[in-house]
Order: sequence, then C-alpha cells, then structure tokens
Amino acid sequence: MPIVSDISFDLTTIWAFIIAFAVLVYVVLDGFDLGIGILFAAERKKDSRDVMMNSVAPVWDGNETWLVLGGGGLFAAFPLAYSIVLPALYAPLIAMLLALILRGVSFEFRWKANTGRWIWDAAFIAGSTLAAFAQGVALGGLLQGIDVNEAERAYAGGWWDWLTPFSVFVGFAVVVGYALLGATWLVMKTTGDLQERMRTRAWHLGIATVIFIGSVSIWSPFLQDGYFARWFEGWHILWAVAVAAVVLGLTWALFRALHVHRHDHWPFFSALGLFIVSFIGLGLTMYPYIIPTEITIYEAAAPRASQVFMLVGAGVLIPIILGYTAYAYYVFRGKIDVDSGYH
Amino acid sequence: MLASFDAILLARIQFAFTVSFHFLFPAFTIGLASYLAVVNALWLWTKDHKYLDLFRYWVKIFALAFAMGVVSGIVMSYQFGTNWSVFSDKAGPVIGAPMAYEVLSAFFLEAGFLGIMLFGRERVGPGLHMTATAMVAIGTFISAFWILSVNSWMHTPAGFSIDPDTGQFMPEDFWQVIFNPSFPYRLAHTITAAYLTTAFIVGGVAAWHLLRRRREGAESSPATRTMFSMAMWMATIVAPVQIFLGDLHGLNTLEHQPAKVMAMEGHYESHPDGAPLYLFGIPNDAEQRLDYAIGIPKLSSLILKHGWNEPLDGLDTIPDEDQPPVGIVFWSFRIMVAIGFAMLGLGLWSLWARYRGRLFYWPWLHRAAVAMGPSGLVAVLAGWVTTEVGRQPFTVYGLLRTADSAAPLDAPAVGTSLIAFIVVYFAVFGAGTFYILRLMAKPPTPDEPRLKDVADGPTRAAGITPGTHGHQPGE
Ligand code: HDD
Ligand code: HEM
Ligand code: HEM
Repeated sequence: MPIVSDISFDLTTIWAFIIAFAVLVYVVLDGFDLGIGILFAAERKKDSRDVMMNSVAPVWDGNETWLVLGGGGLFAAFPLAYSIVLPALYAPLIAMLLALILRGVSFEFRWKANTGRWIWDAAFIAGSTLAAFAQGVALGGLLQGIDVNEAERAYAGGWWDWLTPFSVFVGFAVVVGYALLGATWLVMKTTGDLQERMRTRAWHLGIATVIFIGSVSIWSPFLQDGYFARWFEGWHILWAVAVAAVVLGLTWALFRALHVHRHDHWPFFSALGLFIVSFIGLGLTMYPYIIPTEITIYEAAAPRASQVFMLVGAGVLIPIILGYTAYAYYVFRGKIDVDSGYH
Repeated sequence: MLASFDAILLARIQFAFTVSFHFLFPAFTIGLASYLAVVNALWLWTKDHKYLDLFRYWVKIFALAFAMGVVSGIVMSYQFGTNWSVFSDKAGPVIGAPMAYEVLSAFFLEAGFLGIMLFGRERVGPGLHMTATAMVAIGTFISAFWILSVNSWMHTPAGFSIDPDTGQFMPEDFWQVIFNPSFPYRLAHTITAAYLTTAFIVGGVAAWHLLRRRREGAESSPATRTMFSMAMWMATIVAPVQIFLGDLHGLNTLEHQPAKVMAMEGHYESHPDGAPLYLFGIPNDAEQRLDYAIGIPKLSSLILKHGWNEPLDGLDTIPDEDQPPVGIVFWSFRIMVAIGFAMLGLGLWSLWARYRGRLFYWPWLHRAAVAMGPSGLVAVLAGWVTTEVGRQPFTVYGLLRTADSAAPLDAPAVGTSLIAFIVVYFAVFGAGTFYILRLMAKPPTPDEPRLKDVADGPTRAAGITPGTHGHQPGE
C-alpha cells in the first residue's frame, strides 16, 4: 500500500517539524529569559535587577511552556526517542529541571522575602546559568551520539557518557548565547544607564557568541562521519557556504544595530536571527536522524493513528496559542521604567 | 538483579515524592483559580469593594502557589522518560497524545493569561481582565481533564491493541482511550477534592482572623466574614457530594480493580455470606490476616453489593504476585474517608451556626475550621496513595508490571538525583509555604494593596502613595 505509507511518511516529517518548531520557540523565548538571569550576576544594584526581572515577569511562564511542549511532544510523537534520550541525558536533564525550579520560584519569592532577597537573587542567577549550561550539555550529548541497544529498544550506555569536552563546550556556548539574547532584549526594553551597559555587554557577548557558533560548526562535522558528508561532500558545500554567509550577514547587522543608537529592537532581532540560523543548521546536520546516527524519525515515530489525532489538535491550537501569546507580549509592550515596574 | 531492583525502588520513591509534591499545588490552585474568578465577577457585578479586596488578597497567594505548581509540574513531564522509559516507549503511542493535548489546550492557556490576570488589570481594562482570570481557571480544569484521563487509562486501559513486534500499546479508538471506564469517576472526585481543599484553606484563614479580631475585642471586616461564609457554604454543599462520588468511585473500582478494594477493606479472606466493614485492624501481609480487627458485620457487603448477605471475594482469590501491599492502602483509605466525614461534620455545624446567627461568633467553630484548614491536602494525598499503591504491582493495570516499566538507570544515578530532589524541594517549597503562611497571617484589609504594590518589597509597601491607595478608575 504505497499511498498509505507515503502519507505516514509525510506525517512523521510534519511532526518532526512541529517538535523542532516548539524547541526553537523555546530556545529563543526562554533564551532571553534565562539570559536575563545570567546577566543578573553582573548587575548588582537593586533597581536595575528589579527592572530586569519586571521585563520578563508576565511572560516567563509562557516561555517555559514551550519546553513542556518540546518534551511532551517528543513523548507523544516519537516515544522511542523520548525513552532513549531521557535516560541517556539523565544527569544534565535532572540538573536542568532543578535549576528551572530555583529560577522559576525566584520570580515570586524575590518580592516576598524581606531580608532574604539575596538568596533568591542568587537562586535566580545560579538556576538560570545552570539551566542554560545543562541545555547546552544535553544538546552536545545528543549531537555526539548516544549508545542504543536496538533489539531492546533502550539506552545502552552509562550515566556519565554525556560528559565530553564537546558537550561541555556546547554548554558554555549556550550560556554565552542566551546572555546575548538577554542583553539585547534589555537594550530593547530599558532606558538610561542600564540600557547603555547592556549595549556594551551585548557587544562583547556578540563577539563571543559568533566565535562559539564558528567553533561548534567546525567541530561537529568531525563527531560523526555522516555529519561531515552532509556538509562538505559534493554540492553540499554550498549549504555550508550559504549558512556561513547568513551568519556573517546577521553578525554585521547585530553590531551595526548596537552601534547606531536609534533602533533599540534591531540588536534583539539580529541575535534572534543568529539563533534561528544556527538551529536550522543543526536540523540539517541531524535530519533524518532523531538520535544521530542510530534512530531515524521514522523508526521512532508513533503510529499513524496517534499522529493524525494529535495533528488535528496541533493544527487548530498552535495558531491560537501563537495568537494569544503575541497578545500577551503586546499588552506588556514598551519600555520598563525604573519607577513604575509593572510586576 | 539486586542492583536493578534497587534502581527501580529508588525510581519509584523519586516519582512518588515528586508527584505528591506537585499535586499539592494543583489541588489548591484549581480551586483557588475558580474562587478568584468568582470574587472578581462579584466585584464587577456588585461593585462591593470587599470583593476586590478578596481578589487582591488571594491573588498574591495564588501567584506563589501557581509558580510552585508550574515548576514542579515541568519536572513531572520529564520524569516519565527519565525514570519510566520502558513504560514511555510502550504506552507513549496511546497516552502521549492526550498529554500533548494537555500542553496545547491547558498549559498554554494558563500561562498565556496568567500575566494579564496578575499584572494587567490597568493595562487591559476590567472586561478583558475578567476574561483572562476565567481563562486561567478554565485552563486548570482542562489540565485536570487530560492528565486524569491519562492516569485513568493506566488504571482501566481501553481502546488499544498490542503490537506483537515491539510490545507497544497501539491506539485503536481514542474516544475509548480518553473516556476509559474509571475516568468520569476519577475526574469528578478529584475536581471536587480540589474545590474542597481550597474551601477549607480559605475557611481556615478566615476563621483564624475571626478569632484574632475577637481576642482584640474588635469587629471582623466584611471581607473576612464573606470569606468564611463562602467557604462554609462550599463545605456544607460539596462535602456530601464528595462522599457520594467517592462511593460511586469505589463501586467502579470494585468492578475493574477488585484487588484494590480488597486491600482498602482489609479483606484477606473471602466472605461467602456477607463481609464485615473493618473500622480498625493491623494488616499482616505475611500471614495474610487482619490482626486485631474490629468490624461491623455485613456492612461492607451492604455498601459494595447493596445486600447484607452478598458474597465478597478476598485476597485469597488473587495470586500473591498480583497483590498490592495492603497496609498502606488500608490506612490511606481510612485517612481519606475520615477526613471526608469530618468535612461533612464541619459543614453541618456551620449550617447550624448560620441558622442560630452565630456563624461569625462561635469560637469553637472557628477553632475547628482552623484545625481543618490543611485537611484537604492530607485527604488528596491519602486518596492518591490509595489509588496508586492499590494498583500495584502494575503500571498499566493487568498488562505492564511496574518492575518491567523502569528506565535502565544505575542505582547511584537515581539515588543522587533523589537526594537532590529532596533537598531542593524541601528548601524551595518550604520557603514558599513560609511566604504563603506569612501572607495568610495578615487579614484582608479594606484597602488591600495590589500585587504590584507589594511587589517592590517592603520599601514601597510601607510608603504607598495616596494615588494607589483608593479606588482606581476602571478597576
Ligand atoms: C488534577 C489535576 C492535576 C494532576 C493529577 C496533575 N496535574 Fe500537573 N498541573 C495541574 C493539574 C494537575 C494544573 C492545575 O493545571 C497546574 C498547576 C499549576 C499550573 O500551572 O497548572 C499543573 C501544572 C503542570 C505543569 C506545568 C505547566 C506549565 O508549564 O504551565 C506540568 C508540565 C504538569 N502539570 C504535568 C503533570 C504530570 C506529568 C502529572 C502526572 C504525573 C501531573 N501534572 C499531575
Ligand atoms: C498527583 C497525584 C498523584 C500522586 C500523589 C501519586 C502517587 C503515587 C505514588 C505514591 C506512587 C507509588 C506507588 C508505589 O510505588 O507503590 C505512584 C506511582 C505511579 N504513578 Fe502516581 N500519583 C499521582 C498521580 C499520577 C498521575 C496523574 C499519573 C499519570 C499521569 C501517575 C502515574 C504513576 C506512575 C507511572 C507510577 C509508577 C510508579 C509506581 O507504580 O511505582 N500518577 N504514584
Ligand atoms: C467518605 C468520603 C470518601 C470516599 C468514600 C472516597 C472514596 C474514594 C475511593 C474509593 C478512591 C479510590 C479510587 C480508585 O480506586 O482509584 C478515592 C480516591 C481519591 N480520593 Fe476519595 N473518598 C472520600 C473522600 C475524599 C475527600 C474528602 C477527598 C479530598 C478532599 C478525596 C480525594 C481523593 C483523591 C484525590 C483520590 C485519588 C484520585 C481518584 O482516584 O479519584 N476523597 N476516593
């Protein structure tokens, strides 16, 4: 029945796109949100910290929900991948969850504590930084490959396998990249001294981010044979050249926007662009594998009936979600002013 | 073999620990979200300022409890994979979809409108703010709908086939999957439980302030009285409903999971002509006997089979390896039922007090309400322990054993993370509980400060400017 299998082929690809989309939205939204927590460490004045936190207080919960969609969607659409990747990346994922608890409650606890505010400031910094780092380590751990016992449909490695120089390197890269997103977000949302300081920070973080993007791009093709072929053999090299050109263009846009003081939102959108391009690059590296180079999206996919049933919901609900999320951002648009934070 | 057993036991403890902590927050916020929607609607409708004060008072507490519910819930959605990966692979095709629907239809709705509910009244105006508040309340309900459907499917699986190659459960009919036999009962009983939990917390706080004002020799505020009265109406009306629903739920369980009911009742042996209702006893799994049993003859048959002499099977009809641990189930069930009847008692007492005109002037009633403030939280945990331990040794009832569900993890990994969870949960949620109690210790005032005024900490709260003090136009 070639027609039927054709359709399920398409559904699997569609679901891979939906999950990838959820993860991408998560990365850019919670990216600036976690980035603000990372930058908290460098801003010691209470007023600045209040403003920084106020700039995300109404939206952080929505931002994190995309992570739940990424995880829950993976469980629903690719249960085999979910059940192999999560035990394989056990330690970084548990660390990420605990870190997200610490930073999430800080949003509320910080205002309720009298003498203990410093505790929740510290928890916010540590939680945000650790969550970002753990996400990077998990990404690195996935990219470098996971041991699978295909007959048992299970993870076959040990509980330290994820720890390599590469995964740690990607961990640092994500911390720096998120901090860049946070800094450019604050350039957009604040005024005065704080904004000027963030402009300078964004400048330094921008340079570091681009160096990290370059190094990871050069390093990862050597992790697995398939990756190298994908990027550098035959006409594929054109892909590599195109992606590199877009990265350079966005880098130029970022620094130019930071330099010209008129358009406060351009640095943020350029930084977002960098993340999106890197993410697409990652997708091209991995496709069609969901666990490189062991399990493809087709092998891991849920049965067609589940895919169809969920697609109805996703098709209707995701546009609605995007609609009211945009509305919530619109309600809280504009600059935060030091005196009338809207927390 | 021993090592793998240890990892499984640790994984179970970890799952039970994190999910129990998580559920404490939804049990409170499902009810509180509805309560806030109601008082906000009453404020818009009557323009009686006490309702706005109540909204502002409880929304601060809601913000804290909700944040803790969210972060502990995110942990749960990853625990299936980290701790129960074999289960996830096998059951994912069936239960993954309803869980995805929960994220899409509930979590986003709650999160998207939470910011507007908490901080947006001035920005969007009263109508949209009311809509946002209602959306959050509806979101908590939808969330309960889906997750309880999933949980019920694990108890009474339906609408699936089993793939012979992979051993995966394959969906055949999602309608049957979602509306599986125990789901309507579990949904009704759990939502009602959440409402009761909230009612007793609200009532307990109100009673505490009634007692305090009395000691100070002053009149209590209208807001405090309204709080107490609303909570006591809930107790009076909903507690009997809950007992009725619990009974229906039990009958349904008898049909689908008889071993669980045998454990709840302490029936080790079969009773061919009428089984007693044991009020007390010490379950002894080794001897398969209830020691020191005190029971009312034949009453169990009457409750479960509606006839004094109806026969009831006992655990002696169930193979040893399929029996749940009786002790935990037996006691947790009794705790829940005792609390249910105590709630009914307080509800009736308050009705009597209302009739006598003493609702706000009866210190012993108020002391009882304070004592019962947290009782709903105890009852919901006891209920879940009954439900979950009673379906052991299976995760998918009758089909997939707990021992065959776990992830291939090393015991040290699970042990280390378990300790980390315990430390972080007690520190973080302990601090959160402390902040909530501190907010509750202050009575609602006629000019209850808004969340965003107290938000800036003591400096601003202490020196509120006159402008933020009185009514705001459009509020
Ligand atoms: C009867 C209700 C109920 C039950 C049994 C559970 N939950 Fe829950 N959950 C809720 C009712 C709820 C809620 C009321 O909807 C919460 C509380 C705070 C919130 O944001 O939503 C929530 C939050 C919440 C979140 C955070 C959502 C967000 O990001 O906004 C996740 C990921 C989960 N839950 C997942 C789970 C899992 C995997 C459970 C089972 C093991 C579970 N919940 C049991
Ligand atoms: C929120 C309230 C809940 C509480 C307090 C709770 C409590 C428990 C407890 C105490 C156990 C351990 C039983 C044992 O080891 O003997 C357990 C096991 C389990 N529960 Fe729940 N549960 C809750 C809700 C849920 C829900 C909603 C789901 C599914 C979505 C679920 C899925 C499981 C699974 C998969 C296990 C397997 C582990 C095991 O059986 O040991 N639970 N739960
Ligand atoms: C006399 C009163 C009550 C009776 C007869 C009763 C009965 C039951 C039964 C038989 C179960 C187990 C269902 C199963 O087999 O899975 C259950 C579960 C549960 N009970 Fe109760 N119950 C009562 C009161 C309460 C109260 C007062 C609360 C909370 C305020 C509560 C909360 C729960 C919860 C959260 C569960 C687990 C979820 C579920 O399976 O529905 N119950 N109850």
